[in-house]
Formats: sequence, C-alpha cells, structure tokens
Amino acid sequence: MIVKPYGDTLNDGFVQISFTLPLPLDEKAKAAALQVALQMECVDPQIVHAETIGENFSFFVIYCKAKAAVSLDSLKVIEKPSHRLSQAEIETHLKNHFDRDLVVIGASTGTDAHTVGIDAIMNMKGYDGHFGLERYAGIRALNLGSQIPNETLIQTAREEKADVILVSQTVTQKDVHLKNLIELVELLEIEKLRNQILLIVGGARITHSLAKELGYDAGFGPGTYAEDVATFIVQNLKVDK
Amino acid sequence: MNKLNLNQTTIASCRKYAKQIAQDVIEDVQLFSTVSVERSVLRLLGIDGTDAFDVPLVNRMVDEVKERGQLSLGISRYLASALKHSELTLTSFVEKYQKQKITLTAFPLIDKDEVDQVLKPYYEKTFALLENNHQKRLALKTAYGQKEKDLYVIVATGNIDEDITQAKAAVEAGADIIAVIRTTGQSLLDYVPYGKTTEGFGGTYATQENFKLMREALDELAIKEKRQLKLVNYASGLCMPEIAAIGALERLDMLLNDSMYGIIFRDINMKRTFIDQHFSRLLNAYSGITINTGEDNYLTTSDAILEAHTVTASQFINEAFAKAAHLKEEAMGLGHAFEINPHIENAFLYELAHAQLARECFPHSPLKYMPPTKHISGHIFRAYEQNTLFNVAAKMTQQNIHLLGMMTEAIHTPFVSDRDLAIKNAQMVDQSFASIYEEIEFKPNGFIQTRAQHVLGEAHTLLKKIQKMGLFQALEQGVFADIKRKETQGKGLDGVFKKDQDYINVILNRLEVVLNDR
Repeated sequence: MIVKPYGDTLNDGFVQISFTLPLPLDEKAKAAALQVALQMECVDPQIVHAETIGENFSFFVIYCKAKAAVSLDSLKVIEKPSHRLSQAEIETHLKNHFDRDLVVIGASTGTDAHTVGIDAIMNMKGYDGHFGLERYAGIRALNLGSQIPNETLIQTAREEKADVILVSQTVTQKDVHLKNLIELVELLEIEKLRNQILLIVGGARITHSLAKELGYDAGFGPGTYAEDVATFIVQNLKVDK
Repeated sequence: MNKLNLNQTTIASCRKYAKQIAQDVIEDVQLFSTVSVERSVLRLLGIDGTDAFDVPLVNRMVDEVKERGQLSLGISRYLASALKHSELTLTSFVEKYQKQKITLTAFPLIDKDEVDQVLKPYYEKTFALLENNHQKRLALKTAYGQKEKDLYVIVATGNIDEDITQAKAAVEAGADIIAVIRTTGQSLLDYVPYGKTTEGFGGTYATQENFKLMREALDELAIKEKRQLKLVNYASGLCMPEIAAIGALERLDMLLNDSMYGIIFRDINMKRTFIDQHFSRLLNAYSGITINTGEDNYLTTSDAILEAHTVTASQFINEAFAKAAHLKEEAMGLGHAFEINPHIENAFLYELAHAQLARECFPHSPLKYMPPTKHISGHIFRAYEQNTLFNVAAKMTQQNIHLLGMMTEAIHTPFVSDRDLAIKNAQMVDQSFASIYEEIEFKPNGFIQTRAQHVLGEAHTLLKKIQKMGLFQALEQGVFADIKRKETQGKGLDGVFKKDQDYINVILNRLEVVLNDR
C-alpha cells in the first residue's frame, strides 16, 4: 500500500511548512524561499504568508505538494512496548508474581537539570491524572532528581539492589544526551550490572528504536504515563513466582 | 484594588509570619560567610582575570587563604595586609599574583581597624561605578518611560554572538527584556568562567565579558528603539553573589534571585544559599537591580491547583528576605506561573484567581508571570493556544514582567521565528484587551473570589506552620515542591564557614552602612 500526506483528498500530498531565512524580506528573499521548497522536492509551492522578523530575517509559511509516496509494505519498525495495563492490573500482577517490592531508581542524569519528565513518571502525584510509580503498591520508587552523575546513579542502584533504572534526558541541544546515555550503558557493563537491571530511558526526543540502538531495554517519548513504563517493567522482568 | 474581596487582616498576618521566618534565618546565617561571598568581595575590589590554568584569580586567592590562612578572618583582612606590607598597588599585586610571584598569606596580618583604610580607595571606585550605573538606568527610565508590562524573552544559543543576533531580532519585533539563559549546569560550578564564550549547552556561560557584550548591543538598540531594553541573568547557584557582583558592574537590570530555588531544585545546601542570597540582595538593592523570584518552578513539579498556596507563601517569604536586604517592593519581581492542566474544567478561572491573588497581595511589586511549560508537549499548535490564554490572563490581572511562552517549548531552544510568533501573540492580546483590567470585576463570592480567598487562607496556615517549625525544618520536610532537603547536606556546604569575632568584610560593611541610611 502506498501512502501520501492527506490534505482534503486522498493522495493529494498536501503539506504545510514554515521556516525562516536570514534575509531582509524582499522579492529576492521570497524567490529564495520558493527555491528552498523546490529543492526540498515540494511540488507547486505557494507562499501563503511572509513577514519580517527584525531587520535581517524573514519568516515564510508555504503550502505545497510532497512528492513523497511511501510503500508501507517495505517499512520495518520495532513495535512499541505493548498495550498499557491499568495501575490496578499492574499492582495485581506484582502481588501475584513477586515476593518483594520492585526497586525502581530514576534520575535526570549528567548536566540535565530538567525533572519534569522523571517527576511525571515517578512522583506520587504523577501527571495529568496518572499517578506516578511512588504510589504503586509493590514498587519502591526512588527519584534521585536532577543532574545526577552516571556514577552516582550506578552506585545507588547497587546499594538499593535496583531492578529497574529509569533515566530521563530532556535537554538535548547538540545531542549531548546521546553521549551521556551511551556512557551509562558502558559503565553498567563494566560494573557487570547491565544484565541484572532493566534499563529504560525517557525524554522529549527519545524513541523506542533509538533506545534499543543505544543499548537500552526500552525508550519512551512524549505522551508517556507511569502505566506505560510500569507495564513494560512487569512484562519484562523475570518473576519470582 | 480589592477585586477579590480578600481579608486584609489575613494578608497582614501572612507578612508578619514571613517577616519572622526570614528574621530567624538571617540571625542564624549572619554568623557565617562563604567562599563565594569572599570571592565577590575581591571582585568588587576590582580583581578579575584568570591564571595560566584558566582558574579565576579570585578563586585562587580564596582557596589559598582557606588552605594556608584563616578564612574566618575574611579575605579583606588578607588582601589589605598583603597590600600594606608589599607596598604594591592592587593592580601590581594582582599582576604578580597572577604570575605566582607573590602570595596572600605570606604577610603578617594588620589590625582589623586598618583594613578598611587600606581597601577604601579600591571599593570606593567600585561603589562610584555602581552608583553611576544606577543613575544611568534611572535616566533611561525617565527618558523613555516605564511600560505597564514588559515582554520578556530568552535567548539560549550557547554562543554570545548568536545570542546578540537573536536578541536584536527579538527587540526589533517588540521584546523589552532579554534574558540570556545560562549553559546547562553552570549553577553547580563553584567559579565564574572568564571572557567571551561561544560554546555552551542549552544556554550561554554567564561571564562578565558576555554580560558586557550583550549590554552594549542592547544599549545601541535602545537608542534606535527609544525604549528601555532590560538585560537579565541568573544570580543563583553556587556563584550567586559573584553573578550579582558582575551583574552590578555591567549594569544588568534584573537578576533571577530566589531565596529557596537553589536549595530545592539544585540541591545546594540551605545555609550556603541563605548566606549567599542575603549578600547578593544587599548588593542588588545598592545597585538598583530588580530581582526575579522563582516560585513558578514549584508548579512544574507539584500540582498547580493543590499547591497554589505554596507559591503564595513563598512569595511572602521572598518578599520578607528582600525587605531584610533593603530591596524596595518596586524591585521585587515575585514569580508565579500559568501551569494548570488545560483540560481541567475552569482551568482558566483558576489561573485568573491565582494571578489576581498575587496582584492584590503584592500591589507594588512587578510580578513575574511565567508561561505554561508543564502541560506543553510537542503539539505546537495547542501550545500556541495555551500561550494565548496565558497572555490574556497576564493582561487581565495586570502582570508586569511577562515571560513569553514558546510554542516549541520541550522541543528545542527557541528558533528566531518561535520568539517572533510569541511576541506577536502577546502584542495582539495586549492591544485587543487594552482596557480589560479597568473593565472587569469579579462576581461576589463567585468561583474566582472564593478560589483566591481559599488559596490565601491555605498560604496563611502554611506560613504559620513554617514560622513555628522554622524554615530549615520546613525545607527538610519538603513543604515546597514536595522536595526534601537536609540542613547538613547539599552542594557547597564545604564552602560555608563561621566568622571569627575578628572577621571583616569591607564590602558588606559598606553596603549595610549605606543601605541603613537610605
């Protein structure tokens, strides 16, 4: 099956794009903007809006048809971790299959000072009406907070006998998060802990396939709730009974 | 102004508790100083620069005295003694020190009474410069006037040259305030980097040279735009007083300077924070810098409805600490935020109630209102709607320092177009709603009045509780943002020391004398 972007008719291919050029707004800038669209292989680009940003920049909104036509059959994807269980279902599963509380340790690591993501998954109150892991019976959740060095995270994981590590990476400018995430995997391997721990990463720019590529067990992006993470945990940890 | 029919006795009582809370802390911490306070003293005496290993000289000097002398006597004592005995001017001494040809601890210590006399010419020069900066700022305000509401945007490219390009575009689009976000992790550095920088992550290093470059760029633009253009940076983290010092020297207009932010969100030791903060705020008060507080951050962690009262309580505490440092109400940009889940019924009414509550509790302070961030995802179109609602709330409740929300929040540091769209959004709202504040009243005992009164009541109860247990204990219990911090833990504690009875700090003394007279 072939799929194309949909405007108002099947296979019309319509897309909207917007971008800025570092040029004062004049006819030359508009011509350049059209060229940008054409070189992106857009068909029939129309500048529907152009305005100046300060003296030296111009902003454009363009509608055009994308040439792209994607064959779905040829796509290979890593399926997302399975269907989300409810908090009650997860708690029942924990009660039936584990003799102890699972230990989940979370942190925003490296220089990352943003804790919105890890807080949403771990803290008692959770996010958007979805309680965090702290509230789950059968889980002991430790949120170490922000700017935690990988070494500290690993040391705590060892001391607390962690079953799961949740790493949050929010600030992603210049891909600084990738280096930090790879380092954590390497350190866990050196410490011979990697196989004993379920390693999960979350963040604004994280996808499941990126996480797998980096050597993590799972990755969660925007729109994730505690249940999603907990579902993956209970379905992927070796059970006690 | 009493649109919310708030109980004025409750507000007065909140102030009384907050004053007591702040006084108890200040009495406690006045017995101490920190390495960063001492380094600021050196900076304000005119010492700058780094050694061959890029270590700031002020760090080397304080570390030297810490290791080989008695820092509890104060760095002023050592510097004055070295200058007196070496018979060098400060400039020559610093040159020799930089080349490691002289040390601070090699000289006999002079009498405490003599210290001020030796250092006076140096600090008087600095204080004259700060006074001059203050007058210049006032002159610009008189010449161009003060708007009711300033539009505030951030630049954060990591490269000061690029920041200037972006700031220029933002100003030309209509921004009044430019904040240069610091590079990730700078708050935890125990030194201030030196010189112009072009490499940072998620922000640009706060250095004196970077401050100067952005100040010059904005001054140039201000002439063209015929508006005050304000520059902001962050006096927070382990170098809070030093940033306050270089901010004052380079005529910044505002500094983020919260009483508890570093403790709660950066795990900086509470003693260190309160000592550094009091010194920074005295300096801000002298320099005419407006502080911005960080209560908005509580709501990125805690629920914005359930914990709204912690914001109000913290505003009263921040105000009390600021007053204790002689800051005027007009120089306190008290923080709060629009962070309620937009899917909740009447979410906007809650926001109005909270924003108007801040307005009425602090009628003379320029409130700093932060845009939504917590409930912003990659859905840029919805984010733009949320920001419009936020802009309406800001106008309807007469906020003053209006931080603009970015539709691409949580995706990347803002594109030049994101900032432009945000400014256009706020401008359209401000124009369409120009007279709204004078036009609207709230229904007696309606949703908004009842909500605001309720939050004030909760804040009052909380302040009473904190006053009873003490602020340190309250922080240990996680009263703010559900985060618990221990008095004996946290970063920077090793930089705190008890003052000897012969301790002297010529800058602190001078600040206190001048400010007490004002």
